[in-house]
Amino acid sequence: MASEPLNLSVNGRPHRVVDALPGESLLFVLRERLGLAGSKNACEEGECGSCTVRVDGRLVCSCLVLAAATDGSEVTTIEGLGSDSSGAGLADVQQAFLDAGAVQCGFCTPGLLMAVDQLLDDDPAPDDLTVREAISGNLCRCTGYGRILEAVDLAAARRGSSDDSQ
Amino acid sequence: MTATIARTLDEACAALADRPHAVVLAGGTDLMVEANRGGRDMEDVVVVDRIPELRGWAQHGGSLRIGACTTCAEIGDGELASLVPALAQAARTVGSPQIRNAATIGGNLGTASPAGDTLPVLAALDAEVEVRSASASRMLPLHDFVIGPKATALEPGELIAAVHLPVTDGPQEFLKVGVRNAMVISVASLALVVDRPGRNVRIALGSVGPVPIRAVEAEVLAAERIDWSGNGILDSEVVERVCELVADAARPIDDHRGTIAYRRHAVDVLARRSLRRALASEEERNGL
Repeated sequence: MASEPLNLSVNGRPHRVVDALPGESLLFVLRERLGLAGSKNACEEGECGSCTVRVDGRLVCSCLVLAAATDGSEVTTIEGLGSDSSGAGLADVQQAFLDAGAVQCGFCTPGLLMAVDQLLDDDPAPDDLTVREAISGNLCRCTGYGRILEAVDLAAARRGSSDDSQ
Repeated sequence: MTATIARTLDEACAALADRPHAVVLAGGTDLMVEANRGGRDMEDVVVVDRIPELRGWAQHGGSLRIGACTTCAEIGDGELASLVPALAQAARTVGSPQIRNAATIGGNLGTASPAGDTLPVLAALDAEVEVRSASASRMLPLHDFVIGPKATALEPGELIAAVHLPVTDGPQEFLKVGVRNAMVISVASLALVVDRPGRNVRIALGSVGPVPIRAVEAEVLAAERIDWSGNGILDSEVVERVCELVADAARPIDDHRGTIAYRRHAVDVLARRSLRRALASEEERNGL
């Protein structure tokens, strides 16, 4: 039996989901009902962070959010992180990950980008410990994290210098 | 399926009066893990995390009321963290930033896992749980609320509204052992609260028994031997004996996270570390 229709806004666009099943997660709705496959599905228990999104401004694992509980919420996914309104350009954190070579298989990348973007919103010049804490909920099995940490530094430095020039 | 997003406490209680066996959902960090595995029927849910009365905290004299849907991120930071530092320490060790943004103290109580990180702190502070239903409100001491591993005294139709605890004057510590520094389910944990005006010491253990355990004999010995009117220090020889009593109080089991022997050893180490941080002389602390 399908549940009540679910109305939510994803990356600024309103959506009405009519076919979600009881107990379905926000991650499932994003990927399978709305076709937004950027948020990844791996552990389904909040351990890996590859499904990280923002719900009403809060960074959460979308696999642990009951879709039905997000009625009326504003969700931001990796697809909404781009620098222009169409979402086509790269966000500064995305460009920094590319420039630093912080992407290998890429599976963890969307979740890490969401976490790093939130970190730099909260703390434009984080120290190393703060960065490590901020990405502690995002597992990467390829890189060993070295270049991810470099990418965060790069993104922070660029945000800082672009703020200075304004 | 019915999923009610309650906007007020009355609305949530009314929904639970109609459907007493509905699942009460706050942050979802425990329930959704079960739901994703197909282990939890989510046909009938009352969502409570948008209820203003259940969010945030208030101080009334020497007592705090923390709403059930206050998140670990909120408890771990700001003014609340300075009022109950051990609870903040515990909240900061839960999961990851993503988990702490969603996970709530009411959820930690409702799940009642032996490894629930806030539970030893609440046990050490003699916290009380405020339980509501459409027809009644009752207060339960923590040890009457958590009655077994993942078992609580909640009746159908009831929900957790808040937890009440005292603000104490004296050092507090929460320590836990796990395989790394993030995303860790405790293998053993310990909360220490020193109440200087009350001249008592409370020590509670987590993950080493079916429910949080108070190390009462250790508490009594420590309280007897602290130089309350002088330097407030506990001698290192007494610390050794207190730690033995703490380890004796543990009732650990062997499981995939640790053995009985390891957990008992870990508790002894956590007791020594917390007592030294809270009650050692300055020279001793500097030598740590």
